[in-house]
Parts: sequence; structure tokens; C-alpha cells
Amino acid sequence: MSSFKAHSVLPGFNLALGFTLLYLSLIVLIPLSSLFFKTATLGWGGFYDVATSDRVLASLRVTFTTSFVAAIVNALFGLIVAWVLVRYKFPGKRIIDALVDLPFALPTAVAGITLATLYAPNGWLGQYFAAQDIKVAYTPLGIVVALTFIGLPFVVRTVQPVLADVEAEVEEAAASLGAGRWDVFRRVIFPAIFPALLTGFSLAFARAIGEYGSVIFIAGNMPYISEISPLLIVAKLEQYDYAGATAIAVIMLLLSFSLLLAINALQWWSSNRGAR
Amino acid sequence: MSTPTITRKISTRESTTVTLLLIGVALAYLLLFLGLPLVAVFVEAFKKGWQLYWEALQEPDAWSAIKLTFIAAAIAVPANLVFGVSAAWAIAKFEFKGKSLLITLIDLPFAVSPVVSGLVYVLLFGAQGWFGPWLQAHDIKLLFAVPGIVLATIFVTFPFIARELIPLMQSQGKEEEEAAVSLGASGWQTFYKVTLPNIKWGLLYGVILCNARAMGEFGAVSVVSGHIRGLTNTMPLHVEILYNEYNFVAAFSIASLLALLAVVTLLIKALVEWQAKRSGEPLHHGA
Repeated sequence: MSSFKAHSVLPGFNLALGFTLLYLSLIVLIPLSSLFFKTATLGWGGFYDVATSDRVLASLRVTFTTSFVAAIVNALFGLIVAWVLVRYKFPGKRIIDALVDLPFALPTAVAGITLATLYAPNGWLGQYFAAQDIKVAYTPLGIVVALTFIGLPFVVRTVQPVLADVEAEVEEAAASLGAGRWDVFRRVIFPAIFPALLTGFSLAFARAIGEYGSVIFIAGNMPYISEISPLLIVAKLEQYDYAGATAIAVIMLLLSFSLLLAINALQWWSSNRGAR
Repeated sequence: MSTPTITRKISTRESTTVTLLLIGVALAYLLLFLGLPLVAVFVEAFKKGWQLYWEALQEPDAWSAIKLTFIAAAIAVPANLVFGVSAAWAIAKFEFKGKSLLITLIDLPFAVSPVVSGLVYVLLFGAQGWFGPWLQAHDIKLLFAVPGIVLATIFVTFPFIARELIPLMQSQGKEEEEAAVSLGASGWQTFYKVTLPNIKWGLLYGVILCNARAMGEFGAVSVVSGHIRGLTNTMPLHVEILYNEYNFVAAFSIASLLALLAVVTLLIKALVEWQAKRSGEPLHHGA
């Protein structure tokens, strides 16, 4: 025991850790492991067939491109929102600041039916797009709208504290050496907040890939065009194709994990470069 | 003295035009994506007047959906609260091997799509699942019944309270607890009198976020529910059914209750953040 745990005078370690591990195993680990056992029943050939079927590939393409676009939109505008909330004073700022977390608090189904109604061809916003012959609801563009809503708080909330910590002295030093405002932002502020921006981007991206509730109402769910992978999982389940559904789930997990690994590597590289 | 101050201010600020432009862009973006949808929920709910709004809420199926939502949250939140406190106690107050792996595993449910969270319980308890035949033989119904909904809700809200408490209790160290124990306090006394007052705002913060997600979860619950009206529908699932039946006023009436819950959640959250700041207890702001 002594090599596993350092000595402490506090009581309750065995009870606390024991309960934690039991609960974690029962609720999370054992259920999740069933994914891999179920996939194994397909065998490599069966798994490969599901993974490379046209409809699955199309749904993965739709899911990952719309999630990527939504995360880019959120990175750009989230940075501006974080900047405005940290640097400027204006009336109603505290309410706006609190409102940023709305997508975390609003149930996804509510967001889904509301966005679908707003962006439908006769909706408040959809009518203006319809006048330009642009369809938003029931197309991949609608999926991007829903995923942008869902991922909105991530970039703002990761960049905000880092931006607030950028020391005024560094900016003053750069400015007094003759750097213009844009140069100061580009060469001093942006490198400091870039790792946080990347974290926010990857959190928004990861959340978007798995998102279901807000998307299905606005997507139109046309196979090959606007059908996301989580919906395809549900469709397979409704046909009692449990192995097929599980295979898609495993592919999604593997893809998102490798993506997050790549983003982590990029982050490690950029923060090391900054430290030099 | 005053001249350098003025030049300094000018040199690290944007011009008024740029400032106004940035504020304008930020506000327009938030209005478009947050303000407008929030207003639209209530406008759509009251579109045909108060009368229909009330009728939609008093419908028996709506009532049973509201009840089931509260039951699921009333079980999931306390369960995850007990887990969060015990995980944070073990991780923050003791040194042991494999700690960072444990923290990563606790975050796992956030990395999984809600649909997959439901799917794993279908694989365990479904007719073809691991425990399916045994459950059938003993006439126990977990899937497409209330227990399945509760389990899926627990899964998706699993990390909320733990990931709020772990960094908070780590940052507070263990000296105060060690002092209490060496003065003769029991473990439970130490927790109630020393630890709990230090973490109360963080605890409340986690509970509020956990509750909002528990009541609003859609994807995971949808997979395990079976959508039996009046029996296994939660409020978000009932919203979906009504919407798909083109009963928009009723759908948005239920949705408006959930939106109200979201607004109240944000209000309490802001209040807790303010209180925590005043009492000097650092909150871990996370998703």
C-alpha cells in the first residue's frame, strides 16, 4: 500500500477512492467497454464494410466539415467577443457576459426547434435569406448555424481569462518602441492568447462532432447531403442494427480522439515556440 | 506627471472607430445567435395567446413529462454530487499513483456523443445485450423505462460536479483539514466544519450546471427512452414529439419552461460567481 499512496494523517482515503472507482466503473467504464466488444463481433471485414459504406462516409464528411466551419466561425467571433468583454466598458456588459453561457444552459432540443423556426424560409431570419435565394434551414448551412450556437461559449470562455492576464506593460513597451496598434496585437497579444484560442476551438469542434439535439430539427436529415453521423447511429438502432450503430460510434470516437491529439500537439508546439 | 499618462493611454488603445466597430460586431453576433433565439422561444409559445399556452401545459402527457424530468434530475444530481465529493476528496487530499489517469477517465463522458452515451446502455441492457436475457428472465425492465432514462442522465452529467470540485479542493491544499484532525476532529466533522464551508460556492456552481444538463438532456435519453407518451417522455422528448406533429404552440410552450430554467440557471450562476469572488473562493470556470 505504501508504494501506491503517500502517507497522510487525513482519514477516508479508502472509502472515497473505493467509491469513486466503483461508481466510475459501473456508470462509465463498463458501459463504454461494451462498444468495443460489440464492434469485435463484427470482425475486421464487417467493421471495414460499415466504415467504408457510402452513407457512413457521407455522414462523416457532413459531420466533420460542418463542425469545422462552425468552430472556425466561433474562433473568429469568439475572439472578438472576448476582446470586447475584457477591454471595453459599455452599458449592459454584465448581462451580455452572463448571456454567453446560454448554450450551456438551454436544452439542445429547444435550441433546435427555435433555430429551425427562425431560419425556415418563412421565419424571422430565413425570409431574408430566401429573398436572396439562399436556403439555410434543411441544408448543411443550417447544421453550421446550430453547431455555431452550441459551440459559442467555448472560445469566449477560454480566451477571456488569458486576455485579461496579458500585462499592460508589455503592450506599452511595444508601443513605446514604435509599434502600431495592429502590430502590437499581431506580435504581442495574439501569440499570448493563441494557445487558449486553440483550446477553445478544439473544445467547440469536439462538442460539435457529437451534437445531436440541436442539429436534427434544422438539418433536414437528407442521406448523403445533410445527415450527421449521430443521426445515422440512431437510424441504425431503430432498424435493430446494433453492431452497425456501434461501428459508427467507434469510428467517430477514433476520429475525434486523433483530431484532439493532433490539436494538442499543435498547441504544445505553439506554446513551446512562444516560450523560446 | 500628467503628460506621460496621456500618451500611454493613447498608445495602448484602439481608435474610437475601431472600438465601436468591434463592440458593434460582438453585440450583433451575440444578438443574432443568442438574443434572438431566446426571445423567439417565448414569442412562438404565446403566439396564439395565453389560453392555448396554459392548455398545452396542463395536458396530461405534458405533466407526466415534467414529472419524469424532475425525477431523473432528482436522482442524477445527488448521485453525481456524492460521487463528485468523494472523487475530489480522494484526488485533492491524497497523493497516489495513477491520479492523472483517473482525472482523465472522469472527463470521459464529455468526450462522447450524447447518442453514444445512450447507445452503450442499449448494448448492456437491450434484448441482445450482455444483461438483456438475464433481465428478461427476471422480468426487470431497464431499457425503454424510467431506470434507463435515469442511468443515461447520470452518464451525461457524470463529470460536472467532480471537475468543478477537484481543481478547487486541490488549490486549497490540505493544511486546514490536517490541523482539524490533529486537534481530534473525526473525518466527518472535518469535512462538515472545515472542507464544506470552503467549497460551498463551487459545490453549488457544479450542482446548478449539472441540474441544467440533467433536465435538458436530449440525445442520450432519446436513445434509451422508447418514446412512450405519458410514460417515458421527458420534457425535451415531449417537445420533439409535439414539434414533429406540427403542434408548434404546444411544443414551444414546453420549450418555454425549459428556456425559463436556462435563464434561471444563468442568473443563479452569475450570483454564485459574484458571491464566490466576494468570499475569495476561486471558481473553476468550465463547460
